[in-house]
Amino acid sequence: MEKINLNRVPMPKQKPKTRIKNFDEVALGYNSQQSKNEADRCIQCPNPTCIEGCPVEINIPGFIKAIKDDDMPEALKILKEKNSLPGICGRVCPQEVQCEEKCVFSKKGAPIAIGRLERYVADWEQEHLKSSGQSFIKLKPTGKRVAVVGAGPAGLTVSADLAKLGHQVTIFEALHTPGGVLTYGIPNFRLPKNIVNSEIDYVKSLGVQIELDSVVGKKMTIDELLDNNFQAVFLGVGAGLPMFLNIPGENLNGVYSANEFLTRANLMKAYKFPDYYTPIKIGKRIAVIGGGNVAMDSARTAIRLGSDEVSIVYRRSEVEMPARQEEIENAKEEGIKFRFLTNPKKFLGDEKYWLKGMECNKMKLGKPDKSGRRRPITISDSEFIMHVDIAVVALGTTPNPLIAASDKDLEFTKKGTIIADEKTGKTTKPGVWAGGDIASGSATVISAMGAGQRAAKSIHDYLMSSD
Amino acid sequence: MYKIILKQKLAPKIHLLKIKEPILAKKSQPGQFVVLKIDEEGERIPLNIADWDENEGSIDVVFFEKGATTLKLALLNEGDSIVSLAGPLGLPTQIEKFGHVVCIAAGVAAGFIIPIAKAMKQKGNKVTSLIWQKNKKMVFWENRLAGASDRLIIATEDGSYGQKGPAPMILKKMLENGDTIDRINVMGPGPMLKACSDITSPYGIKTIVSLHSIMIDGIGMCGSCRVSVGGKTKFACVDGPDFDGHQVDWKLFSARNNIYKNEEKIAVEQHFS
Ligand SMILES: Cc1cc2nc3c(=O)[nH]c(=O)nc-3n(C[C@H](O)[C@H](O)[C@H](O)COP(=O)(O)OP(=O)(O)OC[C@H]3O[C@@H](n4cnc5c(N)ncnc54)[C@H](O)[C@@H]3O)c2cc1C
Ligand SMILES: Cc1cc2nc3c(=O)[nH]c(=O)nc-3n(C[C@H](O)[C@H](O)[C@H](O)COP(=O)(O)OP(=O)(O)OC[C@H]3O[C@@H](n4cnc5c(N)ncnc54)[C@H](O)[C@@H]3O)c2cc1C
Ligand code: SF4
Ligand code: SF4
Ligand code: FES
Repeated sequence: MEKINLNRVPMPKQKPKTRIKNFDEVALGYNSQQSKNEADRCIQCPNPTCIEGCPVEINIPGFIKAIKDDDMPEALKILKEKNSLPGICGRVCPQEVQCEEKCVFSKKGAPIAIGRLERYVADWEQEHLKSSGQSFIKLKPTGKRVAVVGAGPAGLTVSADLAKLGHQVTIFEALHTPGGVLTYGIPNFRLPKNIVNSEIDYVKSLGVQIELDSVVGKKMTIDELLDNNFQAVFLGVGAGLPMFLNIPGENLNGVYSANEFLTRANLMKAYKFPDYYTPIKIGKRIAVIGGGNVAMDSARTAIRLGSDEVSIVYRRSEVEMPARQEEIENAKEEGIKFRFLTNPKKFLGDEKYWLKGMECNKMKLGKPDKSGRRRPITISDSEFIMHVDIAVVALGTTPNPLIAASDKDLEFTKKGTIIADEKTGKTTKPGVWAGGDIASGSATVISAMGAGQRAAKSIHDYLMSSD
Repeated sequence: MYKIILKQKLAPKIHLLKIKEPILAKKSQPGQFVVLKIDEEGERIPLNIADWDENEGSIDVVFFEKGATTLKLALLNEGDSIVSLAGPLGLPTQIEKFGHVVCIAAGVAAGFIIPIAKAMKQKGNKVTSLIWQKNKKMVFWENRLAGASDRLIIATEDGSYGQKGPAPMILKKMLENGDTIDRINVMGPGPMLKACSDITSPYGIKTIVSLHSIMIDGIGMCGSCRVSVGGKTKFACVDGPDFDGHQVDWKLFSARNNIYKNEEKIAVEQHFS
């Protein structure tokens, strides 16, 4: 047996001092030697457990072997069999709880860097092949038309898969740019927009049409789409409604939802204000409330916009934080402060309704709650004041009720998600499927894509069995 | 791309744009708005839909040159295009048979209150339109307004045309003179919306105000547009823009509308000086 190598090849990154002054990607990607070294560590398990950890079941040892063998077209082919957006997943999948967690080396603390290798292959394609739309043999046109609502990862995936099967797909997207959270939420320094755009171009190269500025529920209803010669409708509208803390002072000037803060910065490019027309308030001292990826993205955006002091305020401790470990490390390197076991009680404003500070409570941890994490408990008489001029509330999002309000046949859970069969994505309304965050609640890019793939299969069966 | 098929100057700093958009032309209802973006660098701004024409497949917007984006919009000409136009957004204005409806508008709002007046009249209401402008030069679309209402009162701040005095004062006089009013719809700057609401409050007349809060997406995804109504936080883009004027937290509304005062100046200096 080969000697076991536990030295994960580190990811080259921009230095913290440099990167907090730009919005360019932090992780620079492996070069060919680094990718080979990392790929060589994979022992090509006969029963590869890593695959179980991947929601779309990529043949992981297969594509890693192709890297070893220097056969990049083959590596790309294997990836694209299961994943039409590898450049995105390689960057933003929470690998540490998915594929890499199930790698045999995980117990030794050195799983194969599957995500980084996946990214390497996707970037190789960027450099060496323009658009690979042609490399797929499209089946004969079936003459069936499908309307996909929302151009996030779920919508893009279902569209690509259906187009490859010969169906005519039109995506209706509410915003002026496709991509969903990939475009308006996740910042450029973590997911460069040229990567997102080239994946979208790929989907378009398959013949998928994208109609922007099309708010379904306002400009057209689901019933109108069905009446209008679309035989099936897929809803991939995400979970875009921002949650607030519901504490006093939350509407003060200077209190943002993470969605607003990130949309201004990313989608509207407020970091280029005034060349770009959308303004954003930067603030000297800023607090970001929450502990997930959205909070990390907001804090790291704030430091790049030029805030002097950025703090993450989280009511539990570091181990309970849902954000990816890698992003927490990156945030720390960039000088972001962490205030654990701290919970805002009230936002304080001046006479002109501008935020001045937050009254917070200290917390302690009690018994585990439903999520399995230890429950935060308020310590009485522990109030103290944090002086901040901007606060970003990054608690998460719930489904936007707009679709619900515009259709009476769909059924929803109490949380506002659309009820859809997990295996097929079928909703309770005939001819309508749903998947991604709108059905699961806020989750991940890859799970939205997995839902898109399953729905594509189900929609295909439906279209081919009816006439 | 959405093509501008007609541009007209209606009054100093007030312009009409007719934009090709067949689906919007079919779908728009009184009180709804669009969010548009001029070009790649542009900001998304909300504008009311002032009229629509199904045959021509177009919608009208009228706007006032306020800051960088509206100044740039005013430079566009017939034949030019804008990159983004989304709508019809917001809940339509509630149109029912109320009795005597007074539609009050100031400034540019005189242009986009017309669909509401018209629809109210069609429903069988008696409609009085009360339009307030700075001076005679700012008065526009008098005929259209007259056609949309049973009675038209024009007032100017300096008395150079029509009655003199601010619209809320005229409303107050109407009430004091014993005019029966069953419903009021007000569009225009925040202070006027508030002043009208304050006047009708003791009379218990339902006063609907259209809240122009700062928006980005216009579909409930950012919370930029949040307002406090009856002690509850609402998103003006999806829960409004119409709200009960007697329930609005006006101090908060006016503070939130001034968030970007400094940035507004910087943008105008950068692009227009
Ligand atoms: C800041 C941030 C960071 C994140 N980081 C990560 C990460 O590192 N890794 C990870 O795996 N996941 C991450 N996530 C979660 C991930 O982005 C989502 O789970 C995923 O994008 C969901 O995909 P979706 O296609 O279901 O919805 P979305 O990406 O939300 O896309 C929905 C699309 O539908 C459009 N839409 C909404 N309503 C309508 C309508 N009525 N008509 C037409 N179109 C409509 C929206 O404009 C949007 O474009 C992050 C999320 C955020 C907000
Ligand atoms: C639902 C709705 C409908 C509207 N309809 C019309 C209309 O038909 N005609 C018209 O002239 N104006 C209308 N407005 C106001 C219009 O959107 C603003 O005048 C415009 O955004 C100003 O942009 P600016 O860059 O030219 O000005 P600036 O003053 O430079 O704007 C700077 C920032 O403040 C925001 N902003 C400034 N004033 C307002 C305001 N009153 N309302 C909302 N956002 C503001 C801008 O979007 C931008 O973010 C409407 C507003 C709303 C919310
Ligand atoms: S798609 Fe995500 S989970 Fe699957 S192999 Fe790639 S990085 Fe891992
Ligand atoms: S489990 Fe790890 S070592 Fe085994 S095949 Fe998968 S990636 Fe390679
Ligand atoms: S404008 Fe974003 S929620 Fe209303």
